[in-house]
Amino acid sequence: MAGRDLAVSKSVHDHSHDSAGDSNEPGYFELMEAALRELLVEKRYFGADEIRRQIEVLDSRTPALGAQVVARAWTDPAFKTRLLADGRAACEELGISFYDDTRLIVLENTETVHNLIVCTLCSCYPRPVLGLPPDWYKLKPYRARAVVEPRAVLAEFGTIIPDDVEIRVSDSTAMVRYLVLPRRPEGTEGWPHEQLAALVTRDAMIGVIPVNLPAGAAR
Amino acid sequence: MYLRGKAGTVEAVIEPIAVDNEREGYGRNAGTRRHYYRLAFAMTELWPEYAGSPADGLRIEVYETWLEGISR
Repeated sequence: MAGRDLAVSKSVHDHSHDSAGDSNEPGYFELMEAALRELLVEKRYFGADEIRRQIEVLDSRTPALGAQVVARAWTDPAFKTRLLADGRAACEELGISFYDDTRLIVLENTETVHNLIVCTLCSCYPRPVLGLPPDWYKLKPYRARAVVEPRAVLAEFGTIIPDDVEIRVSDSTAMVRYLVLPRRPEGTEGWPHEQLAALVTRDAMIGVIPVNLPAGAAR
Repeated sequence: MYLRGKAGTVEAVIEPIAVDNEREGYGRNAGTRRHYYRLAFAMTELWPEYAGSPADGLRIEVYETWLEGISR
């Protein structure tokens, strides 16, 4: 938990320093993070090595894990049923641990429903299965607009959703995270698991794009 | 909070029960546990000027203390 928060505040810092220019002065949040961390270590709630180890775990997670989950759901209907019933338990079946004590709801895209995820308050994200969120996910324009005008936001990602398809935006919280289960593209019948997983990108699991066949792929 | 005062429908109860972070933060009623609810809102309920399809919606989990029952 603390490790995660540390990583979050660090990335916020890297960003504000970039935009602030060449200042090497620690910012407010950097000072607060260091003070809190040192206090907790001093009071022996956890050790410095535990923080380091947790950051290592955070950095080891990538969208390739989520892609494995999606490819498995596409090829194994029983797994898909379990995944939609309890996302976290199904991911744990595949050896993906949930170090942050969050629930995971998997949202299935269908012919009639397109799901999009956002965290309007901050940067809640299914980190155990996707790793760290992209910068745009954490910035205010996406966070505010995704719940107000999702179709316009999707269009900017090149995704046009027909009017007869319902857009369902899920706003993440500290307790519950979401993963979009994209639709399996047509023309991939009989593809092996690894080839399917290679099609599944981070943005498709956030819901800003569908999973597409690479240009020139045989149909 | 863009959801304040808006009417939604409970879609699911999130298990397990969770501590009340807001009270916990001030050391009051330590250990109080209640549920989060998964709520469904129509976009047209949230934004009267909503430009997309009237079927479009929003889902979010909200803690019990922020909810009030209504009858329609």
